[in-house]
Amino acid sequence: MWSFEKLTEWIDTSLRSCMSADGALLVEFVLIGIAILVGYALLALFLIYAERKICAFFQCRLGPNRVGKWGIFQSVADMIKILLKELIQINKSDKMLFRLASFFVIIGSVCTFGAIPFAKGLQAIDFNVGVFYILAISSLGVVGILLAGWSSNSKYSMIGAMRSGAQLISYEISAGLSLMVIVVYSGTMQLSEIVAQQADGWFIFKGHVPAFIAFVTYLIAGHAETNRGPFDMAEAESELTAGYHTEYSGIQFGFFYLAEYLNLFIIAAVASTMFLGGWQPLHIPGWDGFNHVMDYIPSFLWFFVKTCFCMFMAMWVRWSFPRLRIDQLLGLEWKILMPICLINLILMSVVVIL
Amino acid sequence: MKQKLTNRFGWINENNIVENDGRLTVTVAPDKLTEVAAFLKECGYDFLVDMVGMDYGDSLGVIDYVARGADTSDLIALKTSVPDREHPLIPTVSGVWRVAQIYEREVHDYFGIRFIGNNDMRRLFLRESWKGYPLRKDYDADPNINPLPLENEPIADMDTIPVYGIDADGKETVTYRPMYGDDDYVVNIGPQHPATHGVLHLRVALDGEIVRSVDPHFGYIHRGIEKMCEGYTYPQILHLTDRLDYLSGIMNRHAFCLCCEKALQMDVPERAVVIRTIFDELTRIASHLIGWGSICNDMGAITAFMYGLRDREKIMDIFEETAGGRLMAAYDVIGGVASDLHPNFRRRVKEFIPYMRKMLHEHHLLFSANPIATGRMKGVGHLSLEQAIALGITGPSGRASGWKNDLRKAEPYAAYGKVDFDEVLRQDGMTFDRYIIRLDEIEQSLRIIEQLIDNIPEGPYAEKVKGVIKLPEGDFFQRVENARGQFGVHITSRGDKTPYRVKFRSPSMVLVEALKDVAPGGKVADLIMLGGSFDYVIPCIDR
Repeated sequence: MWSFEKLTEWIDTSLRSCMSADGALLVEFVLIGIAILVGYALLALFLIYAERKICAFFQCRLGPNRVGKWGIFQSVADMIKILLKELIQINKSDKMLFRLASFFVIIGSVCTFGAIPFAKGLQAIDFNVGVFYILAISSLGVVGILLAGWSSNSKYSMIGAMRSGAQLISYEISAGLSLMVIVVYSGTMQLSEIVAQQADGWFIFKGHVPAFIAFVTYLIAGHAETNRGPFDMAEAESELTAGYHTEYSGIQFGFFYLAEYLNLFIIAAVASTMFLGGWQPLHIPGWDGFNHVMDYIPSFLWFFVKTCFCMFMAMWVRWSFPRLRIDQLLGLEWKILMPICLINLILMSVVVIL
Repeated sequence: MKQKLTNRFGWINENNIVENDGRLTVTVAPDKLTEVAAFLKECGYDFLVDMVGMDYGDSLGVIDYVARGADTSDLIALKTSVPDREHPLIPTVSGVWRVAQIYEREVHDYFGIRFIGNNDMRRLFLRESWKGYPLRKDYDADPNINPLPLENEPIADMDTIPVYGIDADGKETVTYRPMYGDDDYVVNIGPQHPATHGVLHLRVALDGEIVRSVDPHFGYIHRGIEKMCEGYTYPQILHLTDRLDYLSGIMNRHAFCLCCEKALQMDVPERAVVIRTIFDELTRIASHLIGWGSICNDMGAITAFMYGLRDREKIMDIFEETAGGRLMAAYDVIGGVASDLHPNFRRRVKEFIPYMRKMLHEHHLLFSANPIATGRMKGVGHLSLEQAIALGITGPSGRASGWKNDLRKAEPYAAYGKVDFDEVLRQDGMTFDRYIIRLDEIEQSLRIIEQLIDNIPEGPYAEKVKGVIKLPEGDFFQRVENARGQFGVHITSRGDKTPYRVKFRSPSMVLVEALKDVAPGGKVADLIMLGGSFDYVIPCIDR
């Protein structure tokens, strides 16, 4: 199977041959930064288009179909529009926090994005505490949302932010506990190691019943963390117009918008990395011919197909279900999901010990 | 009832009680109003249908239409008037009928009549600083008196509630009380808000997520239709009726036509009667589909809303073919309908019926059986039968509380007497009942259409009427069952080609008023859903 390591090593050696080691490192940092930002933006454009088309499909509509063939440039047009829009100053808002909030959200999201193994040898940050890092840095978004609600000087934003704070903090517990199940099973927190261990079978198949339960709970909790329906309490457009980002305009709003879509991608990517083998092809022990054929499919394709599957599930849920009420939402987490996750973790520990 | 009234009150005689068309009209002095009202309520007349403010020229007055909750076709008109135009004081009946509270605010707004004892005498549609009372005959419409404000107006003047009283000398007194305390977290929902289904403004006091009180604020789409009617001829007024409750425009128009035809004692061709009935029912289905869709939308299920619109589109296409219009079909006219049916009409309606049945099944599968939807709607937003009658909540929302108020059954008009259908009733009065009853009513409407579509009699589609229609002198009142409840038209004619006074009874207005009683104690999300389940249409409230 072709590895991106060859490419990265080639870049590394050719850079080192023409400059000092520190200089090469600096250039590589810049290159990776640009690559991640470009990938982030392109992915967001694709996701927005995909969501609009899929939503249209569920609602018996056509969706965007004017800009370009099948409207594929619709989200580019939207992006240009959003970049040209005025940044409105809100009276009596806390100006610094107001501007800062959108950066918190987008930084949290980009940093998580960098830690994801996209293909064989294509991973920017590979800590030995990768899972912990993802959980920690992705919760930076809550700070941004709370700041946005607080600084906008708007009651809608305030209620939205408070809802969101309660919701994200609660569901992070379930999401974390579900990932812990896999950490217990694999014995490592390093994402590359977790993916490598799934070469002879994905954890969702290998990990017995607890891994499957963890997959389902992670999808639910992760879905809640992305603030999308039926868990879109924080926005609840029919109640709070747009929740915490009601008062934002232009690219500041664009940051929230991008982060929302990329969080969807990140949750799906983490789910496929932890449970569905990441970029590992489908291998069935004993079927060598089949496994060999599967190896010919490029690793990034495997990753994106799995991630898209998870994202499609999320969109399906979003466009079919009504929204929960805030007390039902918190009840679902604290009374149902968290106990299940805790018991599941114990179950997995028992499996590992046996 | 006439006997009962004359027995109970010695002063009632032939002069102040008349029976017209099977309807009693009782004229009382203002100081006797409260006791007569209380007695009527004792006799079972617990449903205040409408309150019509009147300017008789020399005096100001009100007409209260009251009906029995047990049989809403049984109507009594209660008239009172005061000669003093400077300080018109009439005792309130809001202690007897809860809904009078808001009707009296409306009369106060338009005529300047002060209702003694009504605990909220703010203006309803116009702003507090408006000078003059527009429906009085001596009102000066000079734009210099009420210039168009170009500055932002403070909202504070809505928070002071005046209450009128009477002191020992019979003089008028006013006391003011503030609406909100210091610790009320007041959120403005509307006038521009995705969940208010129009330009409605709700001032909601919150305690965290819990609603403490709701104060609806109307008037953002007030066009003065009742005032405009006074300058229009009857065929012209018809076009305004479509613009009240735009989702049941055809039924509103039907009501106005029926009222004029009753006044003219005119017979409508049988073909027109049947066509009108079919159109009414198609409109009801279209309106309920929107109602169903918007309650789903208020809960965040946008897909369901789209499905509702998709099915409604079929009905709109049928309307377009025959009537030319879609939302404003402008189809009923005095004496019949505007044009004959399109040749495709029968075929397309027949195709629509099985399609709609199939889709109803799908809607139930998609949404009625969804655990999140039922979890949110069941046990929330309880409206008891007593509350429904006291607030005059008719239509599907009232029937969800177990109140039999369907005029198609109680007082069959058009072809409803000849068709077989059920009045759908539910007992619990929860949001879920108001939701499910709309889907059930679609099924009943399909049944009605099915029975009529093959039995449209041949013949003329409209009676010839004169170019200038003059209604005979008198008061006329006609109600029809529109998609939200009883829609009423009151016409006072003095024999001219334009009416002297027109009043529309809006079923939506009381639905918004009900939010005050039902919403407190629930969550913000429940309030929004409640609004969806009541399914009010704002242009009908503001008129």
